[in-house]
Amino acid sequence: MSAPLLAVENLKVTFPSPSGPVDVVKGISFSLGRERLGIVGESGSGKSMTGRSILGLVRAPGKVSATRLEFDGMDLLKQGEKAMRKIRGARISMVMQDPKFSLNPVMTVGEQIAEALVAHKRLPRREIAARVRAMLEAVRINDPDRVAGLYPHEISGGMGQRVMIAMMLIPEPDILIADEPTSALDVSVQAQVLDIIDDLVRNKGMGLILISHDLNLVAHYCDRVLVMNSGRLVEDCAASELKNAQHPYTRGLLAAQPRLDETRDELPVIDRTTWSAT
Amino acid sequence: MATDTPFPDAGAQATRKRGGGARRTRKAALHLGGIAVSLIVTLLGLIAITFFIGRVVPIDPALAVVGDRAPKAVYEAARVQLGLDKPLIVQFVTYVKAVATGDLGMSVSTGRPVLQDLKEVFPATLEMATLGILIGIALGVPMGVHAAAKQGSLTDQVIRVVGLAGYAIPAFWLGLVGLAVFYARLQWVDGPGRVDIAYDGLVTPVTGLMLVDSLLAGETDIFFNAIGHLALPACILGFFSLAYIARMTRSFMLDQLAQEYITTARVKGLPERVVIWRHAFRPILLPLITVCALSYAALLEGSVMIETIFSWPGIGNYLTVALLNADMAAVLGATLLIGTVFIIINKVSDALYDVLDPRAR
Amino acid sequence: MAFADMRNWLLDESPASRRQARWGRIFRISLAFRGNALAMVGLVIVLALIAMAVFAPWIATHDPIAQDTYARLRPPSAANWMGTDELGRDIWSRVVFGARITLAIVILVAVLAAPAGLLIGAAAGYLGGWVDRVLMGITDIFLSMPKLILALALVAALGPGIENAILAIAVTSWPSYARIARAETLTFKNADFIAASRLQGASSLRIVVGHILPLCTSSMIVRVTLDMAGIILTAAGLGFIGLGAQPPLPEWGAMIARGRTFILDQWWVATMPGFAIIVVSLGFCFLGDGLRDVLDPKSGEKH
Repeated sequence: MSAPLLAVENLKVTFPSPSGPVDVVKGISFSLGRERLGIVGESGSGKSMTGRSILGLVRAPGKVSATRLEFDGMDLLKQGEKAMRKIRGARISMVMQDPKFSLNPVMTVGEQIAEALVAHKRLPRREIAARVRAMLEAVRINDPDRVAGLYPHEISGGMGQRVMIAMMLIPEPDILIADEPTSALDVSVQAQVLDIIDDLVRNKGMGLILISHDLNLVAHYCDRVLVMNSGRLVEDCAASELKNAQHPYTRGLLAAQPRLDETRDELPVIDRTTWSAT
Repeated sequence: MATDTPFPDAGAQATRKRGGGARRTRKAALHLGGIAVSLIVTLLGLIAITFFIGRVVPIDPALAVVGDRAPKAVYEAARVQLGLDKPLIVQFVTYVKAVATGDLGMSVSTGRPVLQDLKEVFPATLEMATLGILIGIALGVPMGVHAAAKQGSLTDQVIRVVGLAGYAIPAFWLGLVGLAVFYARLQWVDGPGRVDIAYDGLVTPVTGLMLVDSLLAGETDIFFNAIGHLALPACILGFFSLAYIARMTRSFMLDQLAQEYITTARVKGLPERVVIWRHAFRPILLPLITVCALSYAALLEGSVMIETIFSWPGIGNYLTVALLNADMAAVLGATLLIGTVFIIINKVSDALYDVLDPRAR
Repeated sequence: MAFADMRNWLLDESPASRRQARWGRIFRISLAFRGNALAMVGLVIVLALIAMAVFAPWIATHDPIAQDTYARLRPPSAANWMGTDELGRDIWSRVVFGARITLAIVILVAVLAAPAGLLIGAAAGYLGGWVDRVLMGITDIFLSMPKLILALALVAALGPGIENAILAIAVTSWPSYARIARAETLTFKNADFIAASRLQGASSLRIVVGHILPLCTSSMIVRVTLDMAGIILTAAGLGFIGLGAQPPLPEWGAMIARGRTFILDQWWVATMPGFAIIVVSLGFCFLGDGLRDVLDPKSGEKH
């Protein structure tokens, strides 16, 4: 494998609190090539903050530090705001959890998608319209001209998330971070949205970071899985090797999964004492 | 919520949309109807309050007409003539009818119908308050946006202090100090009144707005003189609306900037300027219209104090003179007029909200 | 180390007793409050106002009403810190005694308007139905009226004087409290603990007075404090027009009105009482903002 697209070493995200600074992410390291990487963890484990710190979007008073945070040979921590803007959207982009909140309520869908493109490329108006149309078709919206004229409150959650994907992929970035892209959606459309992401990412040979709390989902859609627990990386393995995971937390998570051919009366609770305070 | 099929039937969706559109229009119409009803009810409430103040409060109107020493028969006759012997509700209906037809009674101090007086003085107030609100919006909105975008910066702190000053400084005091400093000391502006005495009465009132009338008459001298007189009171009113508008803009913007779609906009790599003005500011336009309308209404009210300071021949001055002469017909007439304008501005901004918001449409 | 132990006990994330939880809350609120510099300034100003009102005879350097025709319109000096007015009265002493009037207005308006609004709002919210509609209809009518004009008209009808001014201001300021109380009542009305006490047979009155009103108090305190500045300004405005406190009472607004004639040459006569009004109003604003941040952080800045 050639040099990775993204190399992260000892990444820390710190927030101040009344009782001194608190590390939400406590020094994690990983790298990403043109592959699909899953980050799994429960809420508060720091997985979302990891995603946002790559984009330089951790808001004050939060602080990001790392021994190395390199994208395509660039040190992301040393880039100015202007340079970061050229990277955001164009090279690394992110799909967020709930389209109800992540789409601007007073702009039409088409405007918002076009804007993502225009931010990085000057194009004639007709070409913009054509690209938006093509992108909407790529996320399997089959009436793109009508949908482009709608406001976010006029479309369903599933369609909203597809619009979000279109918006984030239209500038053709190298990495897509998908932060819980389906947890706000109806179960019936979750798979569809993930299939679209999977399809597009593979066809364009991009890197994907799929952040989720759903172990099965990540194992299914990713090549490699990172498991996070309270700000630390506890597992880093190929998705196919997950069932052989070593760390007690991962094993606990796996054991707590209900199965259809279930014979257990009670699902086990994770015993956190076995690895705590390390 | 409708679940999403991978390939939705476009025809069915279009139908659904058309149906939804009609439903929305009907909903908006109903809502506007509701606002109209509440407008009428509130106006009636205003009339009821002025009626109550004018009739039920201690001073006996009949006694006020005939004097303390009038014989009982004369007093009784006055009571009957004023309709005070009738039940309160009948008196109220009579009063509402009178107000609705523009009969606000005679002013004791000017000896003319109150309505005629009000027609003459109101444009002067309107001119001052309108200029004031324009100053307030033009400065307050950008200041508020800036303060929210650079939260905790020096600008933010300054705007917080200005905002608080707007709540804490008495308008009449600021007017006085303003006159002392900018008129007497620095001589940057002209003194009290709408124009210099030499120009007084030279322009025939068409609209009643001095700036417009002087231009219509082609009197540029008078126009600039009027600006010199208007500048200070309008700036002082502008300061108060600026304080309020900037504070509200800042707080709306802070709400917006914490929204997830602002993060989306940043993820797209948009410049901060676009993030702030296109993504954060556009959604607050509607609530801002309401704030500006409220502020405008408040300025009409606040001009009462300012007008007494600047001898501005507007409704505030008229009201204070009437107050000091216990000229109740004039007091209640002015109260009704200011109250009505206030209420209408309030309700119209409510209605505008419904018409303009894509989510309510 | 006893102090540190105490602090730890107070800041314990999982208090062992109700008492510890309650004291912990109070301690945390006071910590947050002390961290807010402006709020502390506000508190100091308000306390200073109270001290001035209570100890006025000792703080004032002169008799606030005694005239001295030889000492007319003197500029601020060591003898007359804020100068003298057109009747030779010491302005500093008048401002100090004026604190009594201001404080009285503020307290009386709060005592009249806040409980009235609280009761009306809580009744409307709790009883619902037509009671709610009628009460809130009236409240809305009052809310969409120009307050100052209404107060002016009321005083004009009742006759000038400080009592009538207070009454008029109270009449125009209860509606916003009613709105808040109703909103708060509605949020608590269907809470489980209200249902529980209803199941135990508590009457509506008991539930409103015993459970709902206490829960409204913190937002009420915040709102009343924030409104104080407006009340002071309205009262001063009435005094300025000549409808409020009557001479020779040293009311700040009326003092500015008297100084109006001299504003060009003897600026201090009108300016000094104005500073007093500004400082006190700002004090209440700061205090109210600070209280809101610690007591009612969700309500934001929307008035």
